[in-house]
Amino acid sequence: MAKSDNKLKFSTGAVIKEPGSTLKNKTGGWRAMRPVLDQSKCVKCGTCWMYCPEGAIKKDDKGNFVIDYDYCKGCGICANECPVKAIRMELEKK
Amino acid sequence: MPEIVVEASRAIALGVKLCKPKVIPMYPITPQTHIVEALAEMINNGELEAEMIHVESEHSACSALLGAQAAGVRTFSATSSQGLALMYEILPIVSGNRMPSVMAIANRALSAPINIWNDHSDAVSARDQGWIQLWVESTQEAVDTVIQLYKICEDHSVLLPGMLCLDGFTLSHVYERAVVPEQEQVDEFLPEYKPYVKLDPEEPITMGPIAFPDSFMEFKKMQQEAMLNAVEKIKEVNEEYAEQFGRSYGNGLIELYQMEDAEHALLGMGTLVGTARVVVDELRKEGHKVGLIKLRSLRPFPKEDLIKATENLQGLAVIDRHISLGYEGPLFSDVRSALFESDLRIINFIAGLGGRDITQKHLRKALLSLKEGKEGGWLL
Repeated sequence: MAKSDNKLKFSTGAVIKEPGSTLKNKTGGWRAMRPVLDQSKCVKCGTCWMYCPEGAIKKDDKGNFVIDYDYCKGCGICANECPVKAIRMELEKK
Repeated sequence: MPEIVVEASRAIALGVKLCKPKVIPMYPITPQTHIVEALAEMINNGELEAEMIHVESEHSACSALLGAQAAGVRTFSATSSQGLALMYEILPIVSGNRMPSVMAIANRALSAPINIWNDHSDAVSARDQGWIQLWVESTQEAVDTVIQLYKICEDHSVLLPGMLCLDGFTLSHVYERAVVPEQEQVDEFLPEYKPYVKLDPEEPITMGPIAFPDSFMEFKKMQQEAMLNAVEKIKEVNEEYAEQFGRSYGNGLIELYQMEDAEHALLGMGTLVGTARVVVDELRKEGHKVGLIKLRSLRPFPKEDLIKATENLQGLAVIDRHISLGYEGPLFSDVRSALFESDLRIINFIAGLGGRDITQKHLRKALLSLKEGKEGGWLL
């Protein structure tokens, strides 16, 4: 059974009164393919960051792009768009 | 309050106007169109302060109804037949989001063959979508019910959308005498709409989020509880309405006619009830102990009230203006299920599909067949 953060109260009409609750639903578990970013090939152009539909690619303090596997659903758009082929999709092994 | 002679569609529009909805998405379809036409006219004339949205389909009409209600205002729309069918995708979203929108359904047969006349197939098919359904018999009841519905639906123990179901043409296009209440009276009866939640950029909330398998059932259970609360609320509002306006409709859920000592009775919804009253009177004159049960609320279904109303009956004939193809009349299924524990003999007649008149002759035959121990069937 797929699970939610069941600490949610059962509000009338399933209304969520506090913004930001999406963060509690970690959707990384939906992933079949995992994007792996090779930092040595990355030119830091930010294309993957722009295209990611989930906002699951972040920029760290050093300006490196990192993938947030808590929320990445493995769609592969980043790997497809990367101009230097620095991201490859691997089968997710659990 | 003087009595006026008014077309039921216009009377509903007058009733809606008194409830002051702020947004009315509309899309024309026979035989509902006169309702929204009258409202458009009122908005144009400055008699009703509301936003009229010309939408491109009934799917959009229902979507706009939901969106406007979510933004925190009272809403209204109306439709019929395939128009309601096109709204189907949105119907359970309105109810699941617990938005107390009100719609009038001028009941019309579902095609094919194409047919613009009355039967109950459109709204009865939608009975599982979480909308309260009140079925009316007359113009006066239509006006009164639209005002009652807003009060029922918006109550915080309910918070469900509601359909006012009236027979297309047979009622929607008929001119009858009716009293349209005064604005001050309605203002007193129906307070200004105060949404329990609304979309507001200053206080952001999420409506319509995903519910995983570990929570979806709880939300459905809450909707069922709200429907069960509506059983009491409909009764209460019917009583309050009687106190203020001097009119009521049975106990709000069902209305009994000549049932005190009745041995055999008819049960139905909508305008056929008016014809049935005459038939019951005539058979009474001939010495038959017959009565009539008008079902006003199809959802929530008044199980307990039906059990009580039929305690001393020997037989009941249920008239369905719709058929669940492959089985039987759905009203009959509901009634028989409610009365399963009793020894009552219940038979089913399918009648009045696609605008076929239900005449006194038909209903007389139904009652006498019941009394003579015959089976039900089609009243062609």
